[in-house]
Amino acid sequence: MEIVVCCKRVPDTSEAEVVVDASGKDIRRERLAFTINEADNYTLEEALLIKEKVGGTVTLVSIGTKESDDILRMGLAKGADKAIRVHDDKLAGSDAFVLARILAKSIAPLKPDLVMCGSQAGDDGQAQVGVMLAELLGLPHAAYVTKVELAGNLAKVKRELEGGLYEVLELPLPALLTIQTGINMPRYASIMGIKRAQGKELKVLDAAGAGLAPEEVGAAAARTTLEKLYAPVSETHAEIIEGDVNEASAKLAAVLRERGLV
Amino acid sequence: MSGILVLVEHLRGEVRDITYEMLTKANALALAANSRVTGLLLSDSSAVRAGHVSGFCDRLLAVDDPGLKDFNSEAYQLVLAEVIASEQPSLVMLAHSALGVDLAPSLAVKTGLPLVSDVIAISYDEKGWLFTRQMYSGKLNADWRFKGEQGIVTVRAAAFRAGYASQAGTVSKRPAGSLKLARKFLGYEEAPLTGVDITKAGAIIAVGRGIKEQKNMALVENLARVIGAEIGCSRPVIDAGWMPKERQIGSSGKTVKPKLYIGLGISGAFQHTAGMKSAETIIAVNKDPNAPIFQLAHYGIVGDILKVIPALEAKLKELKAA
Repeated sequence: MEIVVCCKRVPDTSEAEVVVDASGKDIRRERLAFTINEADNYTLEEALLIKEKVGGTVTLVSIGTKESDDILRMGLAKGADKAIRVHDDKLAGSDAFVLARILAKSIAPLKPDLVMCGSQAGDDGQAQVGVMLAELLGLPHAAYVTKVELAGNLAKVKRELEGGLYEVLELPLPALLTIQTGINMPRYASIMGIKRAQGKELKVLDAAGAGLAPEEVGAAAARTTLEKLYAPVSETHAEIIEGDVNEASAKLAAVLRERGLV
Repeated sequence: MSGILVLVEHLRGEVRDITYEMLTKANALALAANSRVTGLLLSDSSAVRAGHVSGFCDRLLAVDDPGLKDFNSEAYQLVLAEVIASEQPSLVMLAHSALGVDLAPSLAVKTGLPLVSDVIAISYDEKGWLFTRQMYSGKLNADWRFKGEQGIVTVRAAAFRAGYASQAGTVSKRPAGSLKLARKFLGYEEAPLTGVDITKAGAIIAVGRGIKEQKNMALVENLARVIGAEIGCSRPVIDAGWMPKERQIGSSGKTVKPKLYIGLGISGAFQHTAGMKSAETIIAVNKDPNAPIFQLAHYGIVGDILKVIPALEAKLKELKAA
């Protein structure tokens, strides 16, 4: 089983202050912690579980600068076999469609049986690249997958709908799945794994190396444009209860009592 | 601007709220631009489902086929690509739902159209369509445009308010064509219910990523006992396996409307707030003063939940003893 896992290095903005940079189209990155995209981490784990069951290889593919080697090395340490990173200054301004095209060109020569992507990225939250990639590779797909069972040439998958409902469906391989968070319990890399990862192949491709013509990538090839990034103006805001932990807690307790809620 | 095409989303025979939200917004946009709204209903039997929806559009285009009874992205894509080719709509609207997310990106590639996903605002000006969507954990908004005149959007649930049926929309039929599919729908499955139904609770304490470790759940249980609240949670707590799926509040979990909701270490991503924003009194505790939950909450404490939880428990006990 040849499995390809697409992954992305993203800033963790869940508890951080996010500031727009001077261009007005991107964020300031210097004070943010970066990590593998959460859904991609679950995706990698699912790929490793499949490999452990049926054999084969797991190849990681990422688009990004040299800093993305961190997440690729970590993936190799957990058990992936090799990694490809695509980077080129010409890629700047690529939208989801162009990123999917870059991945498609990089992945097609590997002739995978299964391509797996995270359901969405934590930074832009577009949930576009994986399913676009499926179409570009000519593969059947399913998004928001929470369970994968392989039987011969078929993948039986469960995917998450809304309100606690799931859909069960079947796809012939090769196929592409976008994996939902929570599908498994991602492992940590072992010391041995980290050592072993140093000897594994991490190939870096530029646009031409991935088989892309200059006009196929970057802002000129994009089909959408980000015009402006800005902090939203909220019409409402909570009344913030001030004071140290004890004071604030006492005030909140009093509010709950006054309102008859406790 | 040529017309707006809205995909009617239905699940297990029910047309979903997002459909009416999209059609209502589409009507407002079309009215301003002297354009027309076409609803597209793909189902096994439009005779059963078309009635109410047709009142929300100028024209309801119905494609009936046994293969369209349940959603299959491949079947939907085949039909939609043909409809888009013949109708040439300026804007195609799909829900940003498990259905839309599974369909819109491949449809965009297939049709060569741009896609902007999960939009919360739509307008039309001299430069064409303008969309707003959130990025970076809902902390920033971004304005996006299509390159060119035409494109596809997926629309966030509850971003727009549904109005009332006000049109005598005509229903026209279109054949499905051949639906040769690799993907096969097998059935639905529901998360098992094993414990408490949190949708019935009068008070809910909801726990999020900020709880950090499973052992800290004990703190929350103590507080819940004092308040008489049930415990719910946001997605990261389910993903970590610390609570059963039935306790999840949000678009992929339960929708709750308690008298009291206390969010602890919950940032307020829309996936969660979709399931709790109608709570009567909302209280949030989060160490991040910029957490979106504070825009929704009535009262907030900016602080470490692991300190606030035991302190609040102690103060409530004092009040009760007094």
